Amino acid sequence: MAAPLLKVTDLKKSYGAIQAVGGVSFEVMPGEIFGVIGPNGSGKTTMFNSVLGQITPDAGRIELNGRNITGLSPLQLNQRGVGRTFQTLQVFGKMTVRDNLIVAAQEHQGTMFSRMFAPGDSGLGQKADELIDLFRIRHVADKKAGELSYGQQKLVDIAMAFMSEPDLVLLDEPCAGVNPSLVGGISTLLKQLNQKGKTGGKVSSFVVIEHNMDFVMDLCHRILVMVEGQVMAIGTPAEIRANKQVLDAYLGS
Amino acid sequence: MKTAHKLGALAILVLLLAAPPLLKSYGVYLFTTWLIFIIATMGLNLTVGYAGQKSLGHAAFFGLGAYTVAILLQHGVSFWIGLPTAMALCFVIGILLGFPALRVQAIYLAFATLGFNTAVWLVMRNEEWLTGGTFGINGITRPSLFGTSLDGALPYYYFVLVIALVLAGLLWGLLRSPWGKAFTALRDNPIRAESLGINIQRYTLLAFAIGAVYAGIAGALFGSLVQFIEPAPFTVGASIMMYLMVVVGGPGYFFGPVLGSAVGVLLPEWLRFAQAWYLFVFGALVVLLMLWLPDGLLSIPDRLKARRQAREASAARAASAAAAEQAAQKGEGQ
Repeated sequence: MAAPLLKVTDLKKSYGAIQAVGGVSFEVMPGEIFGVIGPNGSGKTTMFNSVLGQITPDAGRIELNGRNITGLSPLQLNQRGVGRTFQTLQVFGKMTVRDNLIVAAQEHQGTMFSRMFAPGDSGLGQKADELIDLFRIRHVADKKAGELSYGQQKLVDIAMAFMSEPDLVLLDEPCAGVNPSLVGGISTLLKQLNQKGKTGGKVSSFVVIEHNMDFVMDLCHRILVMVEGQVMAIGTPAEIRANKQVLDAYLGS
Repeated sequence: MKTAHKLGALAILVLLLAAPPLLKSYGVYLFTTWLIFIIATMGLNLTVGYAGQKSLGHAAFFGLGAYTVAILLQHGVSFWIGLPTAMALCFVIGILLGFPALRVQAIYLAFATLGFNTAVWLVMRNEEWLTGGTFGINGITRPSLFGTSLDGALPYYYFVLVIALVLAGLLWGLLRSPWGKAFTALRDNPIRAESLGINIQRYTLLAFAIGAVYAGIAGALFGSLVQFIEPAPFTVGASIMMYLMVVVGGPGYFFGPVLGSAVGVLLPEWLRFAQAWYLFVFGALVVLLMLWLPDGLLSIPDRLKARRQAREASAARAASAAAAEQAAQKGEGQ
C-alpha cells in the first residue's frame, strides 16, 4: 500500500469547555477523493481549519507526504502544495475572472523580486485559459468576478484552487448555495480534475466537506462521518450507506 | 490603456507642460505644489487605494523627507545625497509602520498611524537642536542639476515635473506587474490571498514602505520649493488632507491623485472669493461628493458604464419578451 498523502493523527481542538474536535485520525491516499460529512456542529470545519493552518490545534499531528505540517500557516501550506476553497464565496470581485485565476498561482512563479519585473500575467495565461475552458467560463473570462452570478463565481472560486496545481485540494462545501443543475457540473469537473491529476505529473487529491449526500456519495472514493467531534465511521460510499450507526445518527432512514 | 485613459493622460500632460510659462510666479508655485502633492498622494494611493491599508500618517513621511534633506543641507551635504538618504529613511520607517498593520486593520490601523504622525510631529517641534523646533529651518537652497541652477520658479517646476513623471511611470509598471495584483488581492480579501500563497505580511509592509518613499521624495521637493520648513505642514491634519485627496480623486484609480491633489491644492485658490466661507464651501463639496460618489471623481465613467449596461440589458430583456409574445400570437393565429 502506498504512503498516505495526508495523515491526520489524533487531532484535538477545544473552545473553552466545548470540545469541537476530540481526537480525529484519518488518512487520504494519493489520487483519492475523500469526503467528510456530519451534522452541523460536528466539528468538520474546525478539523478542516486545523489542517489548513487557519487555527492551531490543541493536540495531534498532521503530515503531508510524510512531513509534519502541524501548525504551519496557510501561506506555508499553500507553498507546500495545499489548495483550498472556502465555504462562502471568496473571489476578488474587482478583478477579472482571468486575473483571479492568474493571481491564484502567480506567487508560485519566480521570486518576489523577479515578480516585480514579470509580465502582468506571470506567464500563466495559457494555464488560466485551460481552466477557463474546462470550467466553461470563457464567455465571462474578461468580466469582473464580482459582476457574475453566484454559480459562476463559485466556479471561478473552485478553479482558483487548482491554478497552482496543488497536490491536495480541500473543498469546503463546494455545492453550498449552488442550484441543482450546477451541482452535477461541479461533480463532473472534480472527477475530471482528479483523472487529469492521475495522467499528468501531479496528483489531484481532494478532501470535500459537503452536506449534499447525493453529491458526496457519487463523487467520493471514501467518506469520513464525523459526529460530535469524533469519527463515527470511515468507508466507501456503499459501506457508509449500510452503516446502521450512521443511518441512525445522521443520514436518517 | 483604454483610449479614454490615454486622452485624459495626454490632456493632463499638455496642461502640465504648456500652462506654467503662461502663469505668474504664484501660479507656477501653485502648479509645483500640485505636482508635489501628486507625488505624495500617488504613494498614499498605493498604500490606501490599491493595498487597502488605512494610513493616516502620510504627512509624517512627507515631513521626514523635507527635514532629512534640510538638516543634511545645513551640514553641507548636497541635495543629491540628501534625497536618497530621505528615501532610504522613509522606506525603513515605512516598513516599521507597516508592522501594526499586520495585527490591526481599518479604523484601528488609522489610529495607530495617526499616533505615529503625532510622535514624528512632536520630534519636529520639540527637538530644537535637530529640527529648529517651531522656528523651523531657514534658507533651504534648491539643487542644481549638471551645473544648471534650478533656482528659478520655472526650471524648478520642470524639474519636479520630470521627477513626477518618472515616479508615475515606475508606479504604473509596478501596478501592471504581478505585484499590482497581489496588492489588490491583499486589499479585497487577505485571508483568501494568503491561502493562494500571497505573502500578505511582506506585501503589507512593502505597500507602506513604497508609499512612504513617495511621500519622502515629495517632502524633499517641498522643502526646496518653499525653502523654509517648520512642523505645521506635517501635522495629522495634513495627513487627513492627503487621505482626503486620495478618496476624492478615487482610491485605486491610477489618475485619482492627479485629480484629488487638484481639489486639495488648486481648488482652495479658486474658492478664495468665498474668503471666510472657503472652508465651509470646501467641506460642503466634500460631503456632497462622498454622498454621491463614494468611490471618488474617477468612478464617474465606471458608473456611467454600469448604468448604460443596465439599460441595454433591460432593453434586451424587453425585446426578447416582445419577440416571445409575437411568436406566441403567431402560434395562436395558425
